[in-house]
Amino acid sequence: MNKTICFHFNVHQPLRLKTYRFFNMGKDHNYLDMSANRAVVQRVAADCYLPMNNLLLELIEQYQGAFKVSFSISGLAVEQLKHYAPEALESFKRLAATGCVEFVASTYSHSLSSLVEGKEFEQEVKADVALIKKEFGQTPTTFVNTELIYSDVIGERVGNMGFKAMITEGAKHVLGWKSADYIYANALNQKLRIALRNYKLSDDISLNFGCGIDADQYMEWLRGVNGEVVNLVMGYDTFGERQKGSTGIFDFMRALIGKIVATDGMEFATVGEATAAHQPIGVMHCPHPMSWTDEERDITAWLGNELQNEAFTKLYDMQSNIHKLDSNDFDYVWNFMKASDNFYYMATKWFSDGDAQHYVNPYDSSYAAFINYMNVLSDFQIEVEKALEEKKAAKKKTTKTA
Amino acid sequence: MRVLMFGWEFPPHIAGGLGTACYGLTRSLGKLGVDVNFVVPRAYGDEDQRFVRVVNASDVEATYTSAPVETAENELWRRVKFYEIDSNMVPYVTPEDFEKERKAFEESGQTCRHSKIGGDVWKERYTFSGKYGANLMEEVARYATVAAQVARDLEGQFDVIHAHDWLTYYAGMAAKRVSGKPLVVHIHATEYDRSGESVNPQVHAIELAGMSAADMVMAVSHLTRNIVINRYGIDPSKVVTVHNAVRFAEGQEIEVERGVKDKVVTFLGRITYQKGPDYFVEAAAKVLKRTKNVRFVMAGSGDMMNHVIRRVAKLGIADKFHFTGFLRGDDVKKMFAMSDVYIMPSVSEPFGISPLEAMKSNVPTIISKQSGVAEVLDYAIKVDYWDIDAMADAIYGLVTYPALAHIFAEKGLQEVNAMKWDKAAGEVLDVYEKACAMAK
Repeated sequence: MNKTICFHFNVHQPLRLKTYRFFNMGKDHNYLDMSANRAVVQRVAADCYLPMNNLLLELIEQYQGAFKVSFSISGLAVEQLKHYAPEALESFKRLAATGCVEFVASTYSHSLSSLVEGKEFEQEVKADVALIKKEFGQTPTTFVNTELIYSDVIGERVGNMGFKAMITEGAKHVLGWKSADYIYANALNQKLRIALRNYKLSDDISLNFGCGIDADQYMEWLRGVNGEVVNLVMGYDTFGERQKGSTGIFDFMRALIGKIVATDGMEFATVGEATAAHQPIGVMHCPHPMSWTDEERDITAWLGNELQNEAFTKLYDMQSNIHKLDSNDFDYVWNFMKASDNFYYMATKWFSDGDAQHYVNPYDSSYAAFINYMNVLSDFQIEVEKALEEKKAAKKKTTKTA
Repeated sequence: MRVLMFGWEFPPHIAGGLGTACYGLTRSLGKLGVDVNFVVPRAYGDEDQRFVRVVNASDVEATYTSAPVETAENELWRRVKFYEIDSNMVPYVTPEDFEKERKAFEESGQTCRHSKIGGDVWKERYTFSGKYGANLMEEVARYATVAAQVARDLEGQFDVIHAHDWLTYYAGMAAKRVSGKPLVVHIHATEYDRSGESVNPQVHAIELAGMSAADMVMAVSHLTRNIVINRYGIDPSKVVTVHNAVRFAEGQEIEVERGVKDKVVTFLGRITYQKGPDYFVEAAAKVLKRTKNVRFVMAGSGDMMNHVIRRVAKLGIADKFHFTGFLRGDDVKKMFAMSDVYIMPSVSEPFGISPLEAMKSNVPTIISKQSGVAEVLDYAIKVDYWDIDAMADAIYGLVTYPALAHIFAEKGLQEVNAMKWDKAAGEVLDVYEKACAMAK
């Protein structure tokens, strides 16, 4: 049987908050650093999305159906591309139209909503499915959660929404002796098939490419894999952003894809095709949430300290009010506030005092991130409550006149 | 009366209440006809010079240092290690002397620390940093070296020396030794206020030396006076309390549109152990259990800030408790204008000028009983800093009962308007006269 290779790329861009001080509260409801958002999105579009999309389009055409790839793209990223880099959005649409690209559903706002009870998670996924339908003309049947977060319960929820498959991390602490290179089934809803990320081979491209690997070397590693399906899942900003174009990452991908197409016994498939073609070889048990982040592969990068827990609790306390309001304007803010990135900036796990720990962290420290986020959230709370009262008052009026 | 005054900071470059107090005091002394030669470690060139002639200590050539005298102070002086290094760098009168010293300097294995300006190696300029730095002790000692020179240059131009806080005590002592004029030291804070019981022995030793060498000691409150007498063992007859006052610039009313409807309770100050920020947080959590229409603001920065932020998060009140970071200038005024209650829960506060600023802005104020300002205020609610229940009660009362807030705002404003530096300056002048009389 052929060994199936699945490339899956995550596209996401958070909206960066501006410096929002206590003095702004109650007066200023523009929370975003528009110029930073524009600058980042346009830079990433120019350095990564456009050149990599063009490369993929070229290879899809060249290999006439022998090369396939999957994408997930957050609603926040689509919104921003629409505003700041419409040509990049267009090129994603062209990819969708080739028939060789599967768009996989995700959370609209790249949020942690799968970790809370309530309807939020399901609503977000529904919104993302609708977005993909609208923008890319596909109805997703595969799901990938924010940062590959997964647990038995989350998988069950995803299965109950009608998805056939879900991508998550091939985490060692979950798999034990089992191999990530087969398809598994969710423990609570065995209809949901689980595709697991081969983190070693994925990281070799997304993190370790700079260490000097070439396509021949990589092919050697691929041949060495004993399983049926190799899922190479990575952030799309790997290409041209994390690994700059000057490192030769684009040439590497061109060469690698060519070699895989030319190799007997290897074939490309989208994640949806691969999970449909391969029978699950067993049930995977994952009682506690895991993710693809850090050595621990857990969720402590987002929910690991008091700051994050407080911000998270206060945010999701607003869930029912937001749903009651049912307003596009408020949903817009609600969505970018939910983005997991906000919580990532508040992490203190890597350094003792939470110094800027990540190359994309716009804040000086976790504490600064927390203060700024809470200031914005507090103002948003006030606005939501105000709007709810107005809505109630308006309702009363109409019932009275009626 | 002519004064040689050694301070550490001066408006507008102020990091704390000390600079504000120095400014108000020298201004009123000027009004009383006192000449003040105010020496600061670093002058930026834009100080208000109407009442004070500013000497930039960095620009004073230190061509002279007093020879070591075997006194008790000198003993202490020597206990500070860096002083010996510093004495190697004393500028030299002749090239021969310099050469000789330089060789000795090299043999001692020390790194040369002086800078040569304009190629003139026979005059050295010491550049001081007014900020608290890693080599603060060295700066204090260098400052004292230059102070001696300043005192000599100004010989016959002053009758009394006035030194503010420990950073300038060596300077005051050096000036006294050079000029023979009486020394008055002014205690704005002691090491016990700054560090609780874990005092820095070097700082403590300098404080003790300064107070011992002084002819008169002024403390900003009875609280501080008691510390001077009880913890430093200074003769009570030469320790006098001169309460601070407060000076407000003209036309400083600031109109601020309030953003939030909720009542705002403000803490404004350094977020350090001494200021009691953690008690404020605990009280805030208690208040929020009873009423939702209130927000808390902690304005400032400091070494306890991260700790406080974590505690606020842990208590689950971060959407009602806000941090602004360090505020200056108009932002401070804005903050006062937006506040409904001001709180200063200091664990130990020699005086505490910020509640007066709050009261001036019509803000009802809660202060800890452990603050010097509590001795002079009637219309502020006073609580023990550790009594978070009383603190919560007071906050709740002021945000819930308008009549109570109104009384404290109105009477507080009257009270603070009556506090004038002129009165304090008169008391300071009495102290000068007493010191001069004692020295004769």
